[in-house]
Order: sequence, then C-alpha cells, then structure tokens
Amino acid sequence: MQGNTLPRLMHAAGTRPLTLSQHEEVFASTRSAPSLLEELDASGLTGRGGAGFPTARKVRLIREQRGHNKFVVVNAMEGEPASHKDLTLLSSHPHLVLDGAEYLASIVGAKNIAVCVARDNATVVNHVERAIHERTRRSLRGPKLELHTPPWRYVAGEESALVHWLDDNESLPQFRPTRPHILRIGHAPVLVDNAETCANVGLIGRFGASWFRGVGTADSPGSTLVSVTGAVDHPTVLEVALGTPIRTILESARADTNPQALLLGGYGGSWLDGKHVDLAYCNEALATAGVSTGAGVIVVLPRGACGIVETLRVVRWMANESARQCGPCAFGLPAIAEDLNHLAHPTRDPMSAYKRLEERLGEIDGHGACRHPDGVVRFVRSALTTFDQDFSHHASGSACGGSRATVHYASVPHLEREEELVWE
Amino acid sequence: MGVRRRAGLFILQVNPILCDGFGHCGELAPELVKMDEWGYPIINPEPVPFANSGAYESARYAERGCPRQAMRIRRLSDK
Repeated sequence: MQGNTLPRLMHAAGTRPLTLSQHEEVFASTRSAPSLLEELDASGLTGRGGAGFPTARKVRLIREQRGHNKFVVVNAMEGEPASHKDLTLLSSHPHLVLDGAEYLASIVGAKNIAVCVARDNATVVNHVERAIHERTRRSLRGPKLELHTPPWRYVAGEESALVHWLDDNESLPQFRPTRPHILRIGHAPVLVDNAETCANVGLIGRFGASWFRGVGTADSPGSTLVSVTGAVDHPTVLEVALGTPIRTILESARADTNPQALLLGGYGGSWLDGKHVDLAYCNEALATAGVSTGAGVIVVLPRGACGIVETLRVVRWMANESARQCGPCAFGLPAIAEDLNHLAHPTRDPMSAYKRLEERLGEIDGHGACRHPDGVVRFVRSALTTFDQDFSHHASGSACGGSRATVHYASVPHLEREEELVWE
Repeated sequence: MGVRRRAGLFILQVNPILCDGFGHCGELAPELVKMDEWGYPIINPEPVPFANSGAYESARYAERGCPRQAMRIRRLSDK
C-alpha cells in the first residue's frame, strides 16, 4: 500500500466489505499520530462532499471550540441520485472510513462519532452496523461509535439538516446568517465530514501528507472517487487521480468519449460542453469552463439526446425535493420547472417562457436558507449556456427530435408526490 | 428609541424559513426591499450606513413590523 499507485481508497476492494482483521492486513493498523493536524494541513485535502472546503481549516475551527462532548459526523447520506461513491466505499472499506473518523475525533477531541447512512440503503446500513460491532467488540476505548439512519431526501444530507436531525429534530436545513457557523448538537460543536473525506484522513494518518501528494496536482492533490452514469454500459464508481483528463476517465468507464455534454458535480452542479472533454478533472482546470468537481458525479449525455428535456427532468425532481421552507425555493423551483416544460415541449408561446425563466433565475438565486435553490439555478444557467442553440430552437417553437425520445440519461428517482406538482 | 448609532454599516436580513410572504417589509422599507413575483422579499444586498437615517428608520420599521419577526438589522463589523 505504499507508493504512488492507484487505487488507494478502493485498494483490495472485493465484493464483500473487509472485516477488521482483513482491513488491518491490507492497510496497516492505525498508529497514534500526534502531528496529524499538521499532516492534514500539508496534505491539502479538501472536502469531497461537494463544496471542496479545505478539511484542515474546518478541523482547526472545531478544535478551537470549547466543549466536552464534541461530535464527529460522517456524512454518507449520498443525496445525489447520480452519485454512488460513499455507499460503494462503505460497502468495501467501512473500517477505512471509521479509522478516518477516529483520527478526526482524536484531533478535535470528540467523544462521539455518528455515522449517517440513509435508511433506504439497507445493505450498507448492515455493513456499517457490522463494522461498528466488530470495533466495539475488540475495544471499548476511544470515542463512542453510533450509526444513525435518517430518511433519504436530497436536502437531508445537507450538513445543517443532518445535525438538526441528530439533535432530535426534523431533518430540515437551517438558516445560518453568518459564516463560518458552528453546528451544534445540544451545546456540543460538531464536525461534519463526507465519508470519502474521512477515508482519505484514514490514509493520511497512516502514510502521511507527502504520500498523499504523490498523485494529483499541486493545487488539488490526492485521488477522488467518480461516479460515471448516463450513456455508459455499466454505471461505475472509479478512483482517479485529480488532474486526470476527463477523456481518460470516460475511456476507463467505457463511456461515450464524444459526448454532447457532461453533467459534472451532481444535480446542483453544471453542464459542461462536450468539446471540453480533454480538460483535466480538478477544480482549477474545470474553473476555466465554469464548473467544479462537486460531489464527483459525471453524467454522460450522448449526441442526439435533448439537453433541455434532461434538465427539465432533473429540475422537476429537485423542485419536488425542496423542503418547502423558504418561499423562493418552494414556489420558485416549480415555476422554473414549468418554464422549462413549456420550452422542452413547446405548445404555446415558448419565447415568453424563455424570457420568464431568465428573470426568475435572478429572483431565486441566493434567497433560500440553504444552497438547494442556488444549485438548481446554477444548473439551469449552465444548461442555458451549454445548450444555447437548442434553447433558441425550442424557444422559436421547433422542438428537436431528441426531446421526444423515451430514453433518458440523467436518472431521477420516482417522483413520490407528483400530484402536488400541478402548477397551473 | 435607544442610542442612535451613527457610525458603521448595516444590512437588513431576512430569515427565509420564517418568512411567509406577508409583504409588510416591502411597504415599510421600499428603498431596501423589493418583492419577487411570489411576494417574498428581495433585499438590497449593499450595506447601508447608519448615517443614512431615512433608510435606517425604514429598516427599523420593517424589522418591527414583520408579522413573523423574520427581519433583522445586522451591523457589519468593521473589517
């Protein structure tokens, strides 16, 4: 497990999750790491849940807080329907994630670790339960490990919603007027990190920062998990070094390497035009095209498919996943979806729907309590630029052939409450 | 009415979760608050000096007149 070879996180992954003894054979057993915070700083690890915030800064912020009973929360909710990385990781290496969580707990001085997996993923819940049981049977020292299973909703994985749920409340995002905001369970400060981030911490704790920087670029070191779906034979989760060209990722996923567009980052992410397929997969290169790696999602949209219909499907689902707490999100997102519907299947006056859509995007952006509406606005804006020709065709009343296709690429779960989405 | 704070900047902030779109703020502080098409406030994000007493008065009216108490005047720290 030394050297600069991939896979790292998915090393020795099989069809069954590794038991604790197998895990310690593959990776060494954890050692106490007194200078772990400095190592984390030097490693330049960023959060893998979507925002890409430097982990060391977040850890330091919680470490400086007072509190006897701090929490480390491992966020494996995986709200993105197109993302499978956290569940893949937990069903092959649950102990790596728990190692990382224990390292983080030792840095911030936390006494509790809460692993959050959505209750719909019964298999993964079982794997994690078993892993926690193995650990507590071996030793009762260290922070208390607990498994929590909130309901699966898109916004339930948002960190304030998750912490609110752990604090015995509804799983709804909270309004945080000032940043940085310290989330608390009772009075205890909480450190929330994505499962993949925790697994990376588990590796940095063992092998150190210079090993971690052995792959990746200078600004975004390390490797990351990417879920490739859409126009692929088999949707896969790959581990790639940051900075790998997107074309190489598509090739190794055996996906269409000449796509019309790619959806990067997740359903709050952005469309990327297919001509950018040779860009490196890391935030500093992708920023030139106005996108980011986000939660490590790539949805491949082939040529001939209609980008507007795909955008509509995603936005309609995201509108339904709104917690309906804030007016701009509860009313605005269905309104956007309605405008997109008029454009995707032009019946009457699609041009005014197009103009209305552009106005409404500006009214919604930044006016919710969480980032859910902002993500949708960003997604629709990127669609407007990526598929600008399609939009002008649709707005003039001539829908493309792809919009009548029955095959879709951006997968959305079944709309549970579709009857509530009768907007007119 | 308390001490008049002349120095510094403030912004009017709404808690969008509490807000139910009564629209009082738009009536009470028209220079700071616009309404979107659903009746929820869009607040001017530019910080306003406390010295602008007209704007500060209306911000205070909006803060106190909100039926859901969703409005807050937040002083920006001098950084």
